[in-house]
Amino acid sequence: MSHDMSEDKLPESHGSAGQHEVASHGDPFADPGLPAHEPRRTDIDERAAKRAERQVSLMFVVSMLATVGFIASYVAIDADKIVYIFPLGHVSALNFALGLTLGVALFCIGAGAVHWARTLMSDHELPAERHPIEADDEVRADVIEQFKTGAAESGFGRRKMIRNTLIGSMALVPLSGVVLLRDLGPLPEKKLQHTGWDLATPEHPLPLVNMNTNKPMKAEDIVVGSLTFAKPEGLEEDDETFQQQIAKDALMLVRIAPENIKDKDSAELGFEGILAYSKICTHVGCPISLYEQQTHHALCPCHQSTFDLADGARVIFGPAGHPLPQLKITTNEEGFLVATGDFAEPVGPSFWERS
Amino acid sequence: MKKLSARRRHPLAALVVLLLALAATGGLYAAFAPAEKAQADTAAQSLAIDEGKKLFAVGCSSCHGLNGEGSSDGPSLVGVGSAAVDFQVATGRMPAQQPGAQVPKKKNIYTQHEIDQLAAFVASLGPGPVAPTEKQYTSTNPDDVAAGGELFRTNCAQCHNFAGQGGALTQGKYAPSLEGVEAKHIYEAMQTGPQNMPSFPDTTMPEEQKRQIVAFVRNLNEEPNPGGLTLGSLGPVTEGLFGWIFGLGVLIAVAIWVAAHTTKARKS
Ligand code: FES
Repeated sequence: MSHDMSEDKLPESHGSAGQHEVASHGDPFADPGLPAHEPRRTDIDERAAKRAERQVSLMFVVSMLATVGFIASYVAIDADKIVYIFPLGHVSALNFALGLTLGVALFCIGAGAVHWARTLMSDHELPAERHPIEADDEVRADVIEQFKTGAAESGFGRRKMIRNTLIGSMALVPLSGVVLLRDLGPLPEKKLQHTGWDLATPEHPLPLVNMNTNKPMKAEDIVVGSLTFAKPEGLEEDDETFQQQIAKDALMLVRIAPENIKDKDSAELGFEGILAYSKICTHVGCPISLYEQQTHHALCPCHQSTFDLADGARVIFGPAGHPLPQLKITTNEEGFLVATGDFAEPVGPSFWERS
Repeated sequence: MKKLSARRRHPLAALVVLLLALAATGGLYAAFAPAEKAQADTAAQSLAIDEGKKLFAVGCSSCHGLNGEGSSDGPSLVGVGSAAVDFQVATGRMPAQQPGAQVPKKKNIYTQHEIDQLAAFVASLGPGPVAPTEKQYTSTNPDDVAAGGELFRTNCAQCHNFAGQGGALTQGKYAPSLEGVEAKHIYEAMQTGPQNMPSFPDTTMPEEQKRQIVAFVRNLNEEPNPGGLTLGSLGPVTEGLFGWIFGLGVLIAVAIWVAAHTTKARKS
């Protein structure tokens, strides 16, 4: 191709002429029309075009090299190797290399494509006129007329019974969709109402086991201001169902000086100020145990529900709908803390059948 | 007597004498030495208590009362023990700068010697947790880190975050970050439950488990970064913020860059 730099392709020659024409019209707000087409440097200068072409290909080549580098570092770098890279500090060499090469590979493809589109692809401007989307008056009048005729012929307005039953049936149809939800599985039955503590009865109390030491605890082990987590005796971490069980059985034990307990019933469920609350938030069931020993508040990290453990775990802030269930505890003949029954209410979030 | 002296050249005589001498020395030592040592100790102890009382009168008594009995501005210190004093004063939390939801950590102005004296005085007010010795909080078993991690997740992570970065509590209170906290102070905090932290006494969390937790927390501080930005290891909050501001911000910037400097944009 020859050097095509003809006069009429250069911006000055036609940009200025166009604008003058509009301004001379006398009306300052006249429709300026479409702006004059300005050719890009690469349109008029073949050398610039060639340079842009090389730049784009270079980026694609860099991308290819980066991909090769990705594969190479995957093969070559030891997964345990730690290197110092400023300003990241000590990082895994493998992760760093993989991230860097993949990042470069993707970025170069994108940047190359954008550069290509901006410098070399057709720069032709296509005006698309906007039209109003509404139909013209004649068509509209006709449609309204037809609708009225149809309504009159159907007697929809006159025959109230047909109208009402139609509305009724339309409203009920979606219910079949709701019924299909039944296919999701059997209802949970009583599973949500019971926890591992329901093995305990007044005749056969169930010892509370410390989650740290895996041993039963005496009342004097729990001091005022301390926080202890407990599970029912017999539940072991190696059990297949441990995770499902502990999600309902987890307890937090706090001891509050008896004169500071505001709720009489709650004090009675406890033993000499030791209160055993469910650790499961009654909002959507996060484990809560951000216990503040001076205020006796327990906070849920998920949505900030706050329970006052000195006042029967009343909800004092946040979305939770119920206080935390409290377990009735006492001590057996040997002085170990035991539960004598299950929680009075189901633990965890609300559900429809919850009493 | 004659019989005895007749045998004084017996080959075993030296051994018998040696044994007798040893027994005599041991007996004498048992009779005198401990008594002397105990006396010295009590003397040093009461001196420390006296010195501590003076320091207490200057630095602490305006809130805790002249005898640590407490006032409307500060709780009674009877029975808090030396571990609590060592933790509060050595981390600069006490004397408190100002009243508020939480007393923050700040620069400590006391020497360890003075802190020990203060602790001796407070410990003399009533029995309480004793400041741990180095052996109690220094772990030598590398397996402790793993065991401590499990205990940390059960007992501590809910407030201090899984990576020990701390977190918010209610009404302006917060669980501080554990980064760079001395092993001794971590141990003491578990022992005594400072401010709103619940305590974990030896009865529910034996000494060994505390040591394991300390080992885990110290290990957290030293762990190399496996790659990527931790964003403070705070979890979804910083990650979300980063995603919105930097992720979307960069995308918007790229979009502007793509659209800018076209023929059209240059004219308007
Ligand atoms: S799960 Fe506890 S507040 Fe939402």
